[in-house]
Amino acid sequence: MLRDQDRIFTNLYGTQDWGLAGARRRGDWDGTKAILAKGPDAIVDEIKASGLRGRGGAGFPTGLKWSFMPKQSDGKPTYLVVNADEGEPGTCKDREMMRHDPHKLVEGCLIAGFAMRASAAYIYIRGEFHLEANHLEAAVAEAYDAGLLGPNACGSGYAFDVFVHRGAGAYICGEETALIESLEGKKGQPRLKPPFPAGVGVWGRPTTVNNVESIAVAPTIMRRGAGWFAGLGRENNTGTKVFCISGHVERPCNVEEEMSIPLRELIEKHAGGVRGGWNNLLAIIPGGSSVPMIPKSVCDDVLMDFDSLRDVKSGLGTAAVIVMDKSTDLVRAIARLAKFYTHESCGQCTPCREGTGWMWRVMERLVRGEADVAEIDMLLEVSYQIEGHTICALGDAAAWPIQGLMRHFRPEVEARIMARKNKQPAAA
Amino acid sequence: MKRVPAPPEQQPGNFAFTPENLALAKQHIAKYPPRRQASAVMPLLDLAQRQHQNWLPRAAMDAVAEMLEMPRIRVYEVATFYSMYNLAPVGENFVQVCTTTPCWLRGSDDVVGACKAKLGIDFGETTVDGKFTLIEVECLGACVNAPMMQINDDYYEDLTADSAKAVLEALANGEKPKVGPQNGRHASEPAGGPTTLHAYTGDG
Repeated sequence: MLRDQDRIFTNLYGTQDWGLAGARRRGDWDGTKAILAKGPDAIVDEIKASGLRGRGGAGFPTGLKWSFMPKQSDGKPTYLVVNADEGEPGTCKDREMMRHDPHKLVEGCLIAGFAMRASAAYIYIRGEFHLEANHLEAAVAEAYDAGLLGPNACGSGYAFDVFVHRGAGAYICGEETALIESLEGKKGQPRLKPPFPAGVGVWGRPTTVNNVESIAVAPTIMRRGAGWFAGLGRENNTGTKVFCISGHVERPCNVEEEMSIPLRELIEKHAGGVRGGWNNLLAIIPGGSSVPMIPKSVCDDVLMDFDSLRDVKSGLGTAAVIVMDKSTDLVRAIARLAKFYTHESCGQCTPCREGTGWMWRVMERLVRGEADVAEIDMLLEVSYQIEGHTICALGDAAAWPIQGLMRHFRPEVEARIMARKNKQPAAA
Repeated sequence: MKRVPAPPEQQPGNFAFTPENLALAKQHIAKYPPRRQASAVMPLLDLAQRQHQNWLPRAAMDAVAEMLEMPRIRVYEVATFYSMYNLAPVGENFVQVCTTTPCWLRGSDDVVGACKAKLGIDFGETTVDGKFTLIEVECLGACVNAPMMQINDDYYEDLTADSAKAVLEALANGEKPKVGPQNGRHASEPAGGPTTLHAYTGDG
């Protein structure tokens, strides 16, 4: 188990003061000027060496992403945008960081922004997180008052601003180009890539979009060194990670653990185990609603990291572990996710706009067994027609949970159809 | 909930920000680069909604469009795209119950049933006294404190049918119920106490 002294988010549960004084006691804003004095390239190199991979779902190497920003200024601003539009079902980690440890994010904005030579950071926080946004705004104001941000941030001679922008209820704005559109005051409909945001981002300027956790861990990595972070977890899957354990466990919780912790150990150590014991487990969605579920046989020994979950045809995603015990109607659980994606499709691409609703309607019939067995193949075929044929990954995200269900539990879906057929009087 | 704008007879003829909100609006506009004032459309619509009994009349959208020098249609697009803008009148307490899978696994059906029974209304409806509107909402990002609901700006978490009813009862009586977990938890630590960070609990 990760030692407490290796945990980054030491106020994850909000038992201490979240303001600047409390943050300083936890080590935030300590020697920030000296970190900046190393220069942008040294910071990027340190983050690269730490092995940090993006915590928002895709797992792209963070340092490498920062290095895509222009090294030579053309005299106009460039931006860091923090994706705090947390809305992936199962995921509730960024919320804790922002309401209980907002200074980690604010300091991270300065360090990351400086490393990518950005002039300002915009933190795009989902609108429903009212309290969290208030804490964040208060932390930003405290940082300005203390000279940590502004024209001479931390006395470094570097000018840097941080702004908080509140969303208004749209899951799609968690997609980076939709988020950029939204930040420009438009509907959150994703843009085609290329051009990538590092070339043409918000207001047409080079922009890097990072998840809250990716930015909030950066100051601690800079203080403790890339070697410390890289020494946790496995090769290519380094560091600590905040996991969200929800569903059928005895004690649902968020917890920061070492990357690559076995899934079973994570649940049994921190969440009190599966309700009714490990043998009562049916399946787990290991990385937020968009990743395919894995059955108990896979859960028994899979590790919680990018590579091992990819190897079992799932993904670490946002590390939101949704546990379902044997009492769960898995078809209904996935049908509800299908409804979610139908609701959240932005309507721009036809395969997603039409396909998510179509898949949801078929899933609702499968819940009742009102279908032919052949329709399962049709449903899968449609899911493959959506996957990869849309501008953004929402179409993929809608397809994968259904594919995961059929990959592992198709016999149960078929049995439900057959049971209904057998109950009905035979047609003449 | 169907997002249909209020009919003409419910639409006020005009809308103007209060001086306090006008000052706040200017602060929002100042957060964005020059000539990029359209970026302030979301915070300004939010301000307008808060000023106008938690819903956005067309006159408010028009006022925001004029202030930001945006074509009105661009503001209408934003107001209708994002779910947090209410396009028609809602109750004093805007109750949104999450029913997405993580909440459903933890018993959101019971919470929904309790809310409907307590308020005597279905999803998408408002009580006759205008005190409550009830809607179903998609994931609000508090999944380890499921099931949960949001009422106006506040999250009520770790609900049961009884505790959900108690929250609504308190609001109906004009009281201010405790926000957050309703089962004694502090935040998102495991019930009964954290398994980690023992040296960091308390304000040390």
